[in-house]
Amino acid sequence: MTHVTLTINGEAHQAEVEPRLLLVHFIREVANLTGTHIGCDTTSCGACTVLINGTPAKSCTLLAVQVNGAEIQTVEGLEQNGQLHPIQQGFFEEHGLQCGFCTPGMMLVGKALLEQNPNPSEAEIRRAISGNLCRCTGYVNIVKAIDSAGKKMREPAATGAPTA
Amino acid sequence: MATDVGGYGRSVKRKEDPRFIRGKGNYVDDLKLPGMLYMDIVRSPYAHAKITSIDASKALALPGVLAVITGKDLDAYKLAWMPTLMSDTQMVLPIDRVVYQAQEVAAVIATERYIAADGVALVEVDYEPLPPVVDPYKALDPSSPLVRPDHADKNTNHIWHWESGDKARTDQLFNEAEVVVKEHMYLPRIHVSSIETCGCVASFDRVSGKLTVWMTTQAPHAIRTVFSLVTAASAVGQIPEHKIRIISPDIGGGFGGKVPVYPGYVIATAASVLTGHPVKWIEDRSENLQADSFARDYHMDVELAGKRDGTITALRVKTLADHGSADAAANPSKFPAGLFNVCTGSYAMEAAHVEVDGVYTNKPPGGVAYRCSFRVTEAVHAIERIVDRMAQELKVDPAALRMKNFIPPEKFPYKSPTGWEYDSGNYAGALKLAMEKIGYADLRREQAEKRARGELMGIGICTFTEIVGAGPSNTFDILGIKMFDSAEIRVHPTGSAIVRIGVQSQGQGHETTFAQIVAEELGLPVDNIVVEHGDTDTAPYGLGTYASRSTPTAGAATAMAARKIREKAKAIAAHLLEASPDDIEWGNYQFQVKGAPTRSKTMADVAFAAYTNHPQGMEAGLEAVDYYDPPNLTFPFGAYICIVDIDRGTGEVKIRRFLAVDDCGNIINPMIVEGQIHGGLTMGMAPALLEAITYDENGNIQQGTFMDYLLPTSMETPAWETDKTCTPSPHHPFGAKGVGESATVGAPPAIANAVVDALSHLGVTHLDIPITPWKVHKILEEHGLAEV
Ligand code: FES
Ligand code: FES
Repeated sequence: MTHVTLTINGEAHQAEVEPRLLLVHFIREVANLTGTHIGCDTTSCGACTVLINGTPAKSCTLLAVQVNGAEIQTVEGLEQNGQLHPIQQGFFEEHGLQCGFCTPGMMLVGKALLEQNPNPSEAEIRRAISGNLCRCTGYVNIVKAIDSAGKKMREPAATGAPTA
Repeated sequence: MATDVGGYGRSVKRKEDPRFIRGKGNYVDDLKLPGMLYMDIVRSPYAHAKITSIDASKALALPGVLAVITGKDLDAYKLAWMPTLMSDTQMVLPIDRVVYQAQEVAAVIATERYIAADGVALVEVDYEPLPPVVDPYKALDPSSPLVRPDHADKNTNHIWHWESGDKARTDQLFNEAEVVVKEHMYLPRIHVSSIETCGCVASFDRVSGKLTVWMTTQAPHAIRTVFSLVTAASAVGQIPEHKIRIISPDIGGGFGGKVPVYPGYVIATAASVLTGHPVKWIEDRSENLQADSFARDYHMDVELAGKRDGTITALRVKTLADHGSADAAANPSKFPAGLFNVCTGSYAMEAAHVEVDGVYTNKPPGGVAYRCSFRVTEAVHAIERIVDRMAQELKVDPAALRMKNFIPPEKFPYKSPTGWEYDSGNYAGALKLAMEKIGYADLRREQAEKRARGELMGIGICTFTEIVGAGPSNTFDILGIKMFDSAEIRVHPTGSAIVRIGVQSQGQGHETTFAQIVAEELGLPVDNIVVEHGDTDTAPYGLGTYASRSTPTAGAATAMAARKIREKAKAIAAHLLEASPDDIEWGNYQFQVKGAPTRSKTMADVAFAAYTNHPQGMEAGLEAVDYYDPPNLTFPFGAYICIVDIDRGTGEVKIRRFLAVDDCGNIINPMIVEGQIHGGLTMGMAPALLEAITYDENGNIQQGTFMDYLLPTSMETPAWETDKTCTPSPHHPFGAKGVGESATVGAPPAIANAVVDALSHLGVTHLDIPITPWKVHKILEEHGLAEV
């Protein structure tokens, strides 16, 4: 057993874990944040994508101990003070999701892209999400969603947030 | 005019999204119950083998492992076998023999997920390999080993023969034909691979005797009934149906792959009943991809007869259907080859004859589903490829040949040569729009110029007819359960409502579209309507969501239930307005007095009165249930045009443009319909260019992970273009037809036709899908066209 401390969405989570525990299982089962999903066992689908110190990573292929001490952001950390992140608004408004299973990973990749490249071309968006599989949407509206989020982030205007 | 309630034709934003974009969905693997155990499965490395022994002692010695369940254990409870949806049988766990690679052999129950996996590695199974049956043609050879010796009445791998149409007349037309074209087409095995795999949490409460199963299923009610029937025949003793609750929570994509009952669900349920603990089982991707049911696997000989002037006269198809080790297709019971005999498509021909033979091989159950479970994809591929082949033979434009042979709009309802009655269609209208919109004539000119320069560009057309909305109860049932569907609506006193439906969503947006139906029919704002589905304890009985049936069946039921409510509400409105019901009309989403529209009551006014001031002698409340038995199927259609460029260096096919003109009748939510088409096109492109499951001569699967089975990514998927025409279904309550699988059915032949078109001047007449760079490059090499 190894002691692991991770800061997830700004909150510290500590646990004694087996060294073999995957990061995605730490997030889902130790921290109980089930928005991060699992879709494969070969690092192919990206459903498990989280941001580690701001960079997208597939949490199914990392051990929790490998990222001990890191800052992790998951889908649950996107909304701040009741205000949806522009990437969430983009997916909602552009119908960028259907079953929603790939969506957390897609949004985090989109957010990381926009932080690095605030005005990406369609080709750049497609390249950024090329490690994330979506079986439902055909990607067209995901590309639009990220593009629309980019516009919102460039000119922050008040937009209505959908409520549960 | 009343305010917009968000009814038909509105792109209302989805009600389910606020939870999904916050990571607050409720998928099966998100559920954790106190005392929950985990199950993992030991699987066979062989496609065909005898099991000589299973030694679980090392696994059982591992702290945390509580049980190892084998076929012999289940057999003691008469649970080692289960029925398939096609009334065949399938092993839950084998007693002495495995019949496909990755078949479930034993299950380990442990206190933790990782310990269950450790336990799996410690179970020692001895096998004696048997010769596997891999090739379905060889499977029919009398010397072939038997896949299913348990079928004592059969001494063959042949499952069934089925045929449809007029053989004598078809043969005669072929004999008289001025021109006949013929191709052998193989539609390979493919796998739906929804991004969420399958799994369940089964929880049996020993005190109440109630079994609750959260399950990745597209058909919870049917599962409940089957579970009750299966337990009745077992030594566990029947669990009565009111003590079984199946909950299908948020589902991460289904596409038909979550219709069957997989052994894992049954073993986990048995484990919970036997231990009294909740048991969770979640497949990993390799298990999902290697062992769950597959689609297609149709070997088709397709022939088309016609006249020199381009008139098509007859179609003849002979098919070998590889069903793997069990006939587990999700077809309606009376349709062993699904709706495959809709393969005369959009063309008015005199006769057709279609034959299909089902065959067992040592593979997991095949022929089930991939965003189309009833063999319509196969049917459309056959006809749309062979029509193009005819155009090539006659040296006429494939669009012109189609235009000449379309069933004309005035011929509807149209009786097809194999017995279907098409409800409505305007095929020429859709193709004309597609050709104008994409600039067909200019593209043909461009192609000719490019061809002269040695560049390879192709234009592919597909004008398909779909058949959905199963189905009318006189012919459609699954295991005897009729394929109607249902809805229940309750309007609350303050003018909001709850709708419960018998179908279930795996991403189609039912929480939104079904609310829109009620909004339109009752004039209540869509925000005030909540839709519940997927819980058999609360939802009315239904057969589930697949084969584009939700809108044609449960959508119709929802409209009919709402209309029952409106009828009653009208009487209450008359009472409130002190008028005779005959003088009340429904307009502008309210009840108004004829000739005096200012004297009106809204549905909210009426709802309040239904609980506070209802007319004496009338029952209080405002609710209704409807079970809708469709009078016929619906026949959506479309005209797709695909433009491809072929890279002469790599052989890669690049889709430059793809325009889909769809006609699914009246539309509830255009945004959601467009999204369904985008997704469907992508799942049509996938088998056309990328995906196939193949087996080596030993029955080893060759694409067992996402490293080898290539789902389309954002890089290969083009920016789909869409448009629509609207030909309402005359028999559906609001003229809708269903759309979920149209694009998956229509896209593959459009793409294949485009590639063959690009290579047709080289004498290429057909290419089997997936059209990989390797296949194309070989042709380029043969003709000295490969660039180095
Ligand atoms: S679950 Fe991590 S990449 Fe698929
Ligand atoms: S929305 Fe279903 S996988 Fe992307």
